[in-house]
Amino acid sequence: MTEIFGIPLQAFLSQLLLGLVNGSFYAMLSLGLAVIFGLLNIVNFAHGTFYMMGAFGAWLLLQYLGLNYWFALILSPIAVGLLGVLVEKSMLRWLYKLDHLYGLLLTFGLALVLEGLFRQQFGVSGQPYQVPDLLRGATNLGFMILPNYRAWVVVASLVVCFATWYVIERTKLGAYLRAGTENPALTQAFGVNVPRMVTLTYAFGVALAGFAGVLASPIIQVNPLMGNNIIIVVFAVVVIGGMGSILGSILTGLSLGVIEGLTKVFYPEASSTVVFVIMAIVLLVRPAGLFGKEK
Amino acid sequence: MDNRTRVLYVALLVAGLAAPAVVYPIFLMKALCFALFASAFNLLVGFTGLLSFGHAMFLGTAGYICGHAVKVMGFPTEAGILAGVAVSALLGYLVGSLAIRRQGIYFAMITLAFSQMLYFIYLQAPFTGGEDGLQSIPRGKFLGLVNLEDDIAMYYFTFAIVLFGFWTIYRTVHSPFGQVLKAIRENEARALSLGYDVDKYKLLAFVLSAALSGLAGATKALVFKFETLTDVHWHMSGEVVLMTLLGGMGTILGPTVGAFIVVTLQNYLSALEGWVNVITGVIFIICVLAFRRGVVGEIAAFLKKA
Repeated sequence: MTEIFGIPLQAFLSQLLLGLVNGSFYAMLSLGLAVIFGLLNIVNFAHGTFYMMGAFGAWLLLQYLGLNYWFALILSPIAVGLLGVLVEKSMLRWLYKLDHLYGLLLTFGLALVLEGLFRQQFGVSGQPYQVPDLLRGATNLGFMILPNYRAWVVVASLVVCFATWYVIERTKLGAYLRAGTENPALTQAFGVNVPRMVTLTYAFGVALAGFAGVLASPIIQVNPLMGNNIIIVVFAVVVIGGMGSILGSILTGLSLGVIEGLTKVFYPEASSTVVFVIMAIVLLVRPAGLFGKEK
Repeated sequence: MDNRTRVLYVALLVAGLAAPAVVYPIFLMKALCFALFASAFNLLVGFTGLLSFGHAMFLGTAGYICGHAVKVMGFPTEAGILAGVAVSALLGYLVGSLAIRRQGIYFAMITLAFSQMLYFIYLQAPFTGGEDGLQSIPRGKFLGLVNLEDDIAMYYFTFAIVLFGFWTIYRTVHSPFGQVLKAIRENEARALSLGYDVDKYKLLAFVLSAALSGLAGATKALVFKFETLTDVHWHMSGEVVLMTLLGGMGTILGPTVGAFIVVTLQNYLSALEGWVNVITGVIFIICVLAFRRGVVGEIAAFLKKA
């Protein structure tokens, strides 16, 4: 058996893959946070809650409507996005002129309400969700056994992340969006419907979280607390990467997932804190974040 | 201080001294500890403009240190509290010097992340008792004479500590140092251009707030005779934000009013269990959307108009 630093290669690689899977979730969530923050100037504390609702959406669709994973992958994010439209139009809209901190506080309240409602309805024990038939089993690559579903999660999220990057950085729609981020008043003066763009951006950001939730549902038990557990780590990821760059968010998310996975191999006790330690180091060495611009 | 305010403070002092005759002392002590905690938090958010979303780490750290010092190491009560405050202040210095390197909303995320890190550390550390927490902490004797196991004695002990905390905050806010903090809150760039070392002031305010939160946490651990992970969880950090927001950010009495309202609410709502979070969240949303000045802020605005 091949070994690497005294760890069997198979164990090493599977932790690496697990890290990549977690990293994909971090990447998608921090990407959504960054896009929302860019245009709305709001740090969406409820982001984890929307991720949780995406996962519950998948479970509910299967349980009550008999719709399988592939339908859920499309329908659940749409439902989450629609809820996002509602939230933006009814609440967030009133906060744009105020200090940033009110946006954080409002979405924090929203996270408490939604999490509390799901807890009342479904309890805190997890709901199992099956891996779809097509992706069951594993492929033997010779040097490691690759579980198909995990590979799919990494590929699917990378595709979604890069599609987002492409739309924002390389299309006309993205140009409007970037213009709106830079100077909303001027963009509106040029005839772009900025308020609608803001609504759609928020909806897109949370739908992305919902999509991540559906992807996560067969891997982790679907439960109401899953969102707020992950969101604080994602905040640390965002601090490390800085919210200025899309590619930066993706890259930071993925690499921190991998680092966390490897810590699990070499020093399991530190695996829950390693991201925060890295955050402290980054703050010491490069306070603006790895991809952030000093303001 | 005008006459009206002075009368109000004296009335509050008398009410505080007489309260245990009518109200359950444990409840009062809990509310007082949270009032001090929220006031210490307000020193940062209300008077310096820094939103810390991880203040639970100071409450919980002091509670654990004080509990461990008194129970395992046999410290006298006063020394246990001082140890808790000292460690909280040190933690405040470490976290503060990292967090003030970023502005605005990042500050909130950084403090939240560090407090979550401490949560995980306390979950695994041997001296905290992990999920079970630190149980049966002795209250000891005040100056080796007054037995604090008696709830009434403990109440006046707590009352004195909290008064000391309030006094410190009041003096800080009304000192030249406090004026500089307000200047930073209003316009950081301008304060900097006037020659104030903004980072030094922010850090000092952060350490002071951490130490006073620690004072509240250490006292609270003695009141309840136990310390658990609840006090370092991010829910607790959110709770103190709620108390301050509800009572009125940037007012002297607001956080105390907010703390009493929230603790009373929790007392009555505890039968509803899971709904408590939902109701807390709804209050949060209402406060942010329609009630940003808080109870005391609204009253002050009303009195000014009248």
